Amino acid sequence: MTKRTGSLALAALALFPALAFASGAIEGDVKQQATNWHAIIMFVVFVAFTMGITYWAARRTRSAADFYTAGGGISGFQNGLAIAGDYMSSASFLGISAMVFDKGYDGLIYSMGFLVGWPVILFLVAERLRNLGKYTFADVASYRLQQTPVRSFAATSTLVVVAMYLIAQMVGAGKLIQLLFGMSYSSAVVMVGILMVCYVLFGGMLATTWVQIVKAVLLLCGATFMAFMVLSSVGFSPEVMFEKAVAAHAKHAAIMAPGKADPVDSISLGMALMFGTAGLPHILMRFFTVSDAKEARKSVFYATGFIGYFYILTFIIGFGAIMLVLNQPGMMETITKDGKQITQLVGGSNMAAIHLANAVGGDMFLGFISAVAFATILAVVAGLALSGASAVSHDLYASVIMKGKANEADEIRVSKITTVALGVIAIVLGLVFEKQNIAFMVGLAFSIAASANFPVLFLSMFWKGLTTRGAVIGGFIGLLTAVVLIVLGPAVWVDVMKHKTALFPYKNPAIFSITLAFVTTWLFSVTDSSKAAAEEKAKFDAQFVRSMTGIGATGASKH
Amino acid sequence: MNEDVLKKVQSNPKFKELVHKKTSLGWQLSIVMLVIYYGFILILAFSPSTLGAPLGAGMTMTVGIPVGVLIILSAFVLTGVYVRKANGEFDQLNREIVEEAQK
Repeated sequence: MTKRTGSLALAALALFPALAFASGAIEGDVKQQATNWHAIIMFVVFVAFTMGITYWAARRTRSAADFYTAGGGISGFQNGLAIAGDYMSSASFLGISAMVFDKGYDGLIYSMGFLVGWPVILFLVAERLRNLGKYTFADVASYRLQQTPVRSFAATSTLVVVAMYLIAQMVGAGKLIQLLFGMSYSSAVVMVGILMVCYVLFGGMLATTWVQIVKAVLLLCGATFMAFMVLSSVGFSPEVMFEKAVAAHAKHAAIMAPGKADPVDSISLGMALMFGTAGLPHILMRFFTVSDAKEARKSVFYATGFIGYFYILTFIIGFGAIMLVLNQPGMMETITKDGKQITQLVGGSNMAAIHLANAVGGDMFLGFISAVAFATILAVVAGLALSGASAVSHDLYASVIMKGKANEADEIRVSKITTVALGVIAIVLGLVFEKQNIAFMVGLAFSIAASANFPVLFLSMFWKGLTTRGAVIGGFIGLLTAVVLIVLGPAVWVDVMKHKTALFPYKNPAIFSITLAFVTTWLFSVTDSSKAAAEEKAKFDAQFVRSMTGIGATGASKH
Repeated sequence: MNEDVLKKVQSNPKFKELVHKKTSLGWQLSIVMLVIYYGFILILAFSPSTLGAPLGAGMTMTVGIPVGVLIILSAFVLTGVYVRKANGEFDQLNREIVEEAQK
């Protein structure tokens, strides 16, 4: 471990939207590290095991329902773990612990923003979504509206969100693997792409879900062990832990208090996190994998519990790293950055949790945590690929092009071709974007999800007056506003394009773009006096009864 | 869903009861969550020193730490409250509505 040298790569930040919003960027160079055999062996074991799962799942995946939603046969508890897994990316594990390591209390603030979206999803969205939808959130948004325009919109915004997320994950994977395993960037990107395609192509949603569950359990166990070891080193007294951390940290007592934050940016970030979660296609898709509304509710309950528990662990891990890793012999290095000498953790702050793993559990545990951190990327990209594939095959091919007359075998074939295409695109983009500053991409994905998908989805379920015209125009305006304001804001205009000052002052446009999307959707709906609009409004009552009672909802298929 | 079933459900007083109970609980709990979270964000934005104050005399732990942990716990507890209510009382009511509609 001590041999590792390398300049700071904020690789994980790219995967972690809050941090991506909050701070810097992926810096271009990461030096490849010495080969870490413990980590590689454990990772190979993980891959072998998940390939076994994929083989098992492949034999059970025949119909379109199996492919998209695991036949609706996932239990609430399992789905809760899978949702938590989608959330506990290696970025939130390494990124939040790094943020706590650097800034202390501020790290906790970000975790909260991610968590509090879940209860609201449960109270307002989850069961309606389950009762109305079949495979994609577009099923719900287009339930009583015209299929072609609404599904085209939903598929477009799904693919944009998936593409942004995928690029961030692929680049993050490449950099992470250089730091953790000592392998080359390009081999990492190619490997992630191939494994992602294998899981989805052969195992569909069943394999994708179980890979996510296995990873979630491994990560929770690993993080629990680390937090336990940290606490046991201070006699299970948080006060002693904080005292030691304050004494060790250069910022001293400031790490115990929140830093400065702009009110508009803070609220905007909170809105992007909360409503973005309720508009991310790969998260919404998980609600169709359970049998009914009851299981959908349970999934959110368990997911909230696991995610909350995980964030408390990362907080302890971050403080543990300050206490046990910072300034310890062999853990620090001095590098030259922008012409200045700075002393930092070996490999950068994102390695805080990894170094702590070494400090509390030795080389074997270090290997385990490294392997798990990488496995999380695989599990997340598989979910993204499946979500993108279903947008193309179910929304665009089956509904828009074939007008609902596609046969199931063709639809599955299209989704499999799309999966392979997405794999190739992801690898190419991962290679192309290696040296690019892409920190804004996950932030953009969250903002688009919050500003385009969420308003349309929400109004389609809650507001009788929504019409096709309102949904499509409002949705696209939300999408464009989010993109344009992020490009003009500090994250792209200054950090990427190197202009002096941003044209739009806030890092996060959500408060403006969400509001604008709602207002325009409303405006273009109420002014729509067409006959089609009247029919769409008339269909609301039947939709409402189904969303409340589940009468007519797609049930679990029996195997 | 055919017209007949739709009419039966809509005219069933139990359906009105279900809608009323479920939506009002959902909105109430959402508002509680939003008030807790955005209240926290506003304190953060306008009076960060409140959260940075020591928890007790001579202590390193600040008020913000237990507050943060409590917000995380509150999210979990609120979902628990809703799931308990919805999977018990509301689903029972729902079953009755579905059965009566299919008679």
